[in-house]
Amino acid sequence: MLSKEEIKEIDEAIRLVPYKKAASIEALKVVQQHRQWVSDESLKEVASYLEMSAEDLDSVATFYNLIFRQPVGRHIILVCDSISCWVMGHEKIKEKLSERLKIDYGQTTKDGRFTLLPNPCLGTCDCAPAIMVGNDLYRNLSIDQLEGILSKYE
Amino acid sequence: MEKPLTQHLRKDTKPLSLKEYEQVGGYQSLRKVMKMTPQEVQSVVKDSNLKGRGGAGFSTGLKWSFVPMNVPKPKYLIANADEMEPGTFKDRILLEQTPHQLIEGMIIASFAIQANESFVFLRWAYKNAAKAITKAIQEAHEAGYLGKNILSSGYDLEMHLHTGVGRYMCGEETALLNSLEGKRATPRAKPPFPQISGLFGKPTIVNNVETLCCLPHIINNGAGWFKKLSLTQDSGTKIYGVSGKVKKPGAWELPMGVTLRELIEEHAGGMMDGLRFRGALPGGASTDFLVEEHLDVKMDFAGVAEAGSRLGTGTIVVLDDKTCPVGFVKNLEHFFAQESCGFCTPCREGLPWIEKILNSIEIGDGRTEDIKLLEAHTRLLGPGNTFCALAPGAMEPLQSALKYFKKDFEKHVQDKGCSYSKKSKLQFTN
Amino acid sequence: MAILYIDNQPHEVTSGNNLLEVCLTLGLDLPYFCWHPSLGSVGACRQCAIKVYKDENDRKGRLVMSCMEPVTNNQRISITDVEAKEFREQIIGWLMTSHPHDCAVCDEGGSCHLQDMTVMTGHAYRQFRYKKRTYKNQDLGPFINHEMNRCIQCYRCVRFYKDYAGGKDLDAFASRNNVYFGRHEDGVLESEFSGNLSEVCPTGVFTDKTLKQHYTRKWDLTMAPSICQHCSLGCNTIAGERYGSLRLIANRYHGEVNGYFICDRGRFGYEFVNSPDRVREPMLNGKVISRNDVLEEIKKSLKEAKVIGIGSPRASLQSNFALKALVGKSNFYHGVSENEHDMAELAIKILKEGPVRTPSLKEVESADAIFILGEDLTNSSPMLALAVRQAVRVQPMKDALKHTQEWNDAAARELIQDKSGPMFSATIHNTKLDDIATETYYAAPDEIARLGFAVAHRIDNAIPDVDNYPAELKKLADQIAAALKNAERPVIISGLSSESDNVMKAAANVAWALHKKNKNTGLVLTMLECNSLGLAMMGGGRLDGAFNAILHSHADTAIIMENDLYRHGSVATVDKFLKMCKQVIVLDHTPNATLKKAHVIIPAGTFAESDGTLINNEGRAQRFFQVYEATDVIQESWRWLLNMGVNAGNERMSRWKNFEDITKAISEEEELLKGVDTITPPSDYRVAGQRIPREPHRYSGRTAMTADINVSEPKPPEDPDSSLSYTMEGYRGLPPSSLIPFFWSPGWNSVQSVNKYQEKVGSSLRGGDPGLRMLEADPKNTSNYFMSVPEVFQPIADHLWMVWTHHIFGSEELSRKSSSVAQRVPQPYVMINTKEAEQMKLQEGQTFTFEVEKHIYSLPVKINKTMPNGVAALPYGLEGMPATELPAWGIVKPVGSNQSAVSSHQQSAV
Ligand SMILES: Cc1cc2nc3c(=O)[nH]c(=O)nc-3n(C[C@H](O)[C@H](O)[C@H](O)COP(=O)(O)O)c2cc1C
Ligand code: SF4
Ligand code: FES
Repeated sequence: MLSKEEIKEIDEAIRLVPYKKAASIEALKVVQQHRQWVSDESLKEVASYLEMSAEDLDSVATFYNLIFRQPVGRHIILVCDSISCWVMGHEKIKEKLSERLKIDYGQTTKDGRFTLLPNPCLGTCDCAPAIMVGNDLYRNLSIDQLEGILSKYE
Repeated sequence: MEKPLTQHLRKDTKPLSLKEYEQVGGYQSLRKVMKMTPQEVQSVVKDSNLKGRGGAGFSTGLKWSFVPMNVPKPKYLIANADEMEPGTFKDRILLEQTPHQLIEGMIIASFAIQANESFVFLRWAYKNAAKAITKAIQEAHEAGYLGKNILSSGYDLEMHLHTGVGRYMCGEETALLNSLEGKRATPRAKPPFPQISGLFGKPTIVNNVETLCCLPHIINNGAGWFKKLSLTQDSGTKIYGVSGKVKKPGAWELPMGVTLRELIEEHAGGMMDGLRFRGALPGGASTDFLVEEHLDVKMDFAGVAEAGSRLGTGTIVVLDDKTCPVGFVKNLEHFFAQESCGFCTPCREGLPWIEKILNSIEIGDGRTEDIKLLEAHTRLLGPGNTFCALAPGAMEPLQSALKYFKKDFEKHVQDKGCSYSKKSKLQFTN
Repeated sequence: MAILYIDNQPHEVTSGNNLLEVCLTLGLDLPYFCWHPSLGSVGACRQCAIKVYKDENDRKGRLVMSCMEPVTNNQRISITDVEAKEFREQIIGWLMTSHPHDCAVCDEGGSCHLQDMTVMTGHAYRQFRYKKRTYKNQDLGPFINHEMNRCIQCYRCVRFYKDYAGGKDLDAFASRNNVYFGRHEDGVLESEFSGNLSEVCPTGVFTDKTLKQHYTRKWDLTMAPSICQHCSLGCNTIAGERYGSLRLIANRYHGEVNGYFICDRGRFGYEFVNSPDRVREPMLNGKVISRNDVLEEIKKSLKEAKVIGIGSPRASLQSNFALKALVGKSNFYHGVSENEHDMAELAIKILKEGPVRTPSLKEVESADAIFILGEDLTNSSPMLALAVRQAVRVQPMKDALKHTQEWNDAAARELIQDKSGPMFSATIHNTKLDDIATETYYAAPDEIARLGFAVAHRIDNAIPDVDNYPAELKKLADQIAAALKNAERPVIISGLSSESDNVMKAAANVAWALHKKNKNTGLVLTMLECNSLGLAMMGGGRLDGAFNAILHSHADTAIIMENDLYRHGSVATVDKFLKMCKQVIVLDHTPNATLKKAHVIIPAGTFAESDGTLINNEGRAQRFFQVYEATDVIQESWRWLLNMGVNAGNERMSRWKNFEDITKAISEEEELLKGVDTITPPSDYRVAGQRIPREPHRYSGRTAMTADINVSEPKPPEDPDSSLSYTMEGYRGLPPSSLIPFFWSPGWNSVQSVNKYQEKVGSSLRGGDPGLRMLEADPKNTSNYFMSVPEVFQPIADHLWMVWTHHIFGSEELSRKSSSVAQRVPQPYVMINTKEAEQMKLQEGQTFTFEVEKHIYSLPVKINKTMPNGVAALPYGLEGMPATELPAWGIVKPVGSNQSAVSSHQQSAV
């Protein structure tokens, strides 16, 4: 069941577009905001609220890499793996994170704290390498900063 | 040196508030525009010779002129703030620090085409920008710059922020429209162009953030002034950036047409100690390499084109002599293969193949015929062959790398591996 | 017209089309995948690349996708350009990177568009040396098999399923080189048109699951042109046999009727033919007897007894006519219910005496306003529903065409958005077309008719208005009338399935009134069975008459042909009738309740083993051909009847030696069927002295087929009834359009070869689409309006007006016996509205007991909020459904009353 809060936010998105279906991405974002990821069940709920089929909505949901159709951790770590960060050695950052958290790309720590994902260019190439944890951007990273950063996220 | 777009940025990189923006002349041009006709606005912009900063460099005024004027509502204007081209970080500065400048530009553009609704299509990762723009839209609304009857002119305009959920394709203007419609971000065939059939099938203009930010200044100071800002034919200033192993990577607003050398050696402080310049992508991941012989190329649309590349986004990624060009290109092609929307065959199937070949070469499994295959792909995935410009863009760095760094590719094959890094055991991405 | 230079050769071509269509029409081999003549272009696969030149001096040219470029006059293009060829070859190279190369075990192998294009482009060597991407497959239900690894991502499946057919549960998922086509999760594909995926998909991703169960390479089938037997629209099909069983039904392109598609009932309903309980031997009183003995037995009856014949709306003209000839005109009865009989006659009267003609399905597709009265088309006449789906795009397309071409599919859809043209649907309850309806109206049949009268009055006030009509309905009638009047090509659709003559009359009034203003008005009336109209056009007594003849001892013996009387008369009446007959002689191929009570059973051929002619709802006479000779005594009913006639010394019948003779007799003797003998070339028709082979020249293994029994190969059967041969020998060029047993052309082994059989890609077959319209309204006829407006429908306390509701899977007698279709047939139920369910304290699925015509029925209740008050619906024709004549009043019984009654009726009704 969509919560009152979710419905309110989805309705807000529907208001801006000529027909309900057009709010599909916004609605998925709302649900993900509230539930961290979009389960099959959530997907069906949103689909029926928007009067579209589960297929129709999942077709959209699975297209975008930042709609999570699998459970994720409380905090998403996005490692920029694009060119400037590659030149500046993002691979070492990734290796360190993997080693420290014992997870590879696409995986979540056992305690459900972190999910590690590669991400194309974070748009901060002059401050490479960079990662994002949750909504926070970290630039000009070096390996020794990682421990401090991770400790900020419960 | 005038820096209209960035001169008023705060030192602490916080966004300019409405008040601060107004204090430095903000929304004055909007007041002017509200006394002009849409045609007048269009012709000033056409005269200014402003070319789109989104990468293709198409004349903004001309683009607008294709929008039919006397048609029923709605019409749309969209600010393309998706900025996902690797190596590109210029719009972020404008989005985060001068949101009102963008909004003012958007209102002017909307007025010029008589759009009544506008969207900022912002990429997901730009969290601070999202905050700044949300606040700025609200402020502008309250101040009467947005909404009904703007500045008592009788003109109405609504503005909304849409944040994306990933995918580089969303930056391609027609895919962006599909995404805004809540669909898969696959591109659309042109014609019909968005100016005729855009968002929800209605006339629509998509402009880059930097393009839109130029507008208030053009209106304020005139087309002639804008032309004079530049050192060359292509008018205005440009936000250039440099990343890679240079001493002072960063972004700077400079007159259009500064040389590559000036950017790298002066503004970016030259190469890091012990490294030499090997080449650079002049305008993001989907542009051809320029090499040492091109250092004096003027960085405007025509100049870079003459040197065999594209100005693109004007943000330069530098390749140094200790970084493997094959690895460099492999990283790019990995990106493009990942970001292909999967709609057309050459891109969907060709790019992953290219990535695999590059990976083979990099890890020492390359064969001589692989290089030929790569070359064939750069031809076969050229402009017009694929549905949109993503795959042709992806071929630009590859074809130029094969031209300028061919020896490196051959050496990888001969030596069965990469000599740049001892530990070249990259994962085999299948 | 435009001049197009292709590789420097000038060609005269039609302008407005895209270059691909034009090249294919010219007979040139240009490969493609994502384009489809019905689905248009999207430019995804990039297979159709050619070069376009600016002018004569341009030597370099520009690579373009031919499917995305409109033809312009004096345009110069090249197909053979080296770069274009290299690119097209490489497209296959790319598609093959992950294609499994499993042709040897692939259902599509040998008739695969991907294989054809691979060969056509010359791609022969694999350069990709990495692992292939693999996917998981889904279980999509009994009709369609899913093998995703073979996918080449052309997007045709979703474009057909979603965009064209309005399906909701198939889509494209994920992105990059990981795009997946399927459902959100495993499950039965919901669309009634899912079977077309097997033809739309250019490779073996979506294939016919029923074929898989008795798999045969398509080139190893013996095939014949056939006509679908499962509703009145008469879609053209290809039926294929091997080893004496029917293996496959596929679409047979017809430019006017079914185009490129057929529905799932038509495609998968064929398996009754192979059923183990088929009637295969003559029987006398439960004992198998020989062919001679049964003929002798009947000779005796014909001599000694007073015999009547009961024909059938699902049997061919020839069979019905032969029966009529055998028993004599006055002893021939149409075995359909009273209501069906009346309504079929009414339909003929309307179509013949009125001024409005029936449009073909293709013409319905181009209607710009539609008003449906009383028909749940998706269930009763599925392909008509598909045509309506296309029609609602006509109006918005007019605007879109200012900016793009109709074939530029994605662009046109973007311009059209979710707009749909005027389509009004007045039905008893909700239907699957409601999503495209401008307005829906759910009501009892008489109320639907009243709306029709109200609309008709608003178009021509010579028609009486409806008294005391509620304001909101007046508004609706105004709206409908205005939309119809505004249209250029309005089409009114009604038919037999709500079994209300008032509804049909109202529909006729609307059409006729419109006709006064607009000669392009069309009126479609659907029938219940594949030859309902043909039978009605023949003349014959009513079923009641047959019952009375026996009841009053004017006759004592009945020959019942291909007809389960329990579908057409109430159980009690039919029981009584069969009991009173001294002898019941039944000709049929599939067991049913009537056959169970027969004294003499004669094994008739199914459509696959028969030649025959059917008349579809449009009045189009269409011929189906025998696919294979049945191995035993099974013969067409008409052939049995001819034998009986000859045996009994019927002189007239003795002159008829074969199909042609009898068809000629029909043409001569049946006033409404004149010319029916001309719809196919005569049986002695030959091309260059040769017959048209039913088998492709790649047919294999003939000499070994019966080698386990006898090493000497039997002589192939001769076909006395048509110019088709039963072998692979014969003329290999284009046959006349009515004689196309399969589509094939050099280099085009898949069904895409149909391009080569058309005048112009997507238009009519070369030489004209087959069939002949026997009913043509004369536009000069006067509109003799029906003047009596039906009374308001008044619900009666403790009563419900019982009506039929149709199911695509289940309502039709033969297809529901097909094992795949059987899995989709619903259980019997009675459907009422929410309010009444509440009043009667009934929950979904609980037993509801009621009485109709003195019989008590207990059925699980289905609650539907769109059902009108005072009306209940029963699923038509379901197995186990008590048979009765509806519509009729049902008396509501208190809860807990007689519940065992139903089982006794179930027994009698199969
Ligand atoms: C794959 C692809 C990605 C693109 N991404 C962006 C982008 O992130 N931002 C942008 O402004 N333009 C992007 N473009 C260019 C846009 O399609 C479009 O040309 C531009 O927004 C027009 O704005 P302008 O006329 O102001 O330059 C992209 C193009 C392609 C083919
Ligand atoms: S080139 Fe083709 S597959 Fe690639 S992004 Fe564009 S449309 Fe999609
Ligand atoms: S058929 Fe033309 S691109 Fe697919």
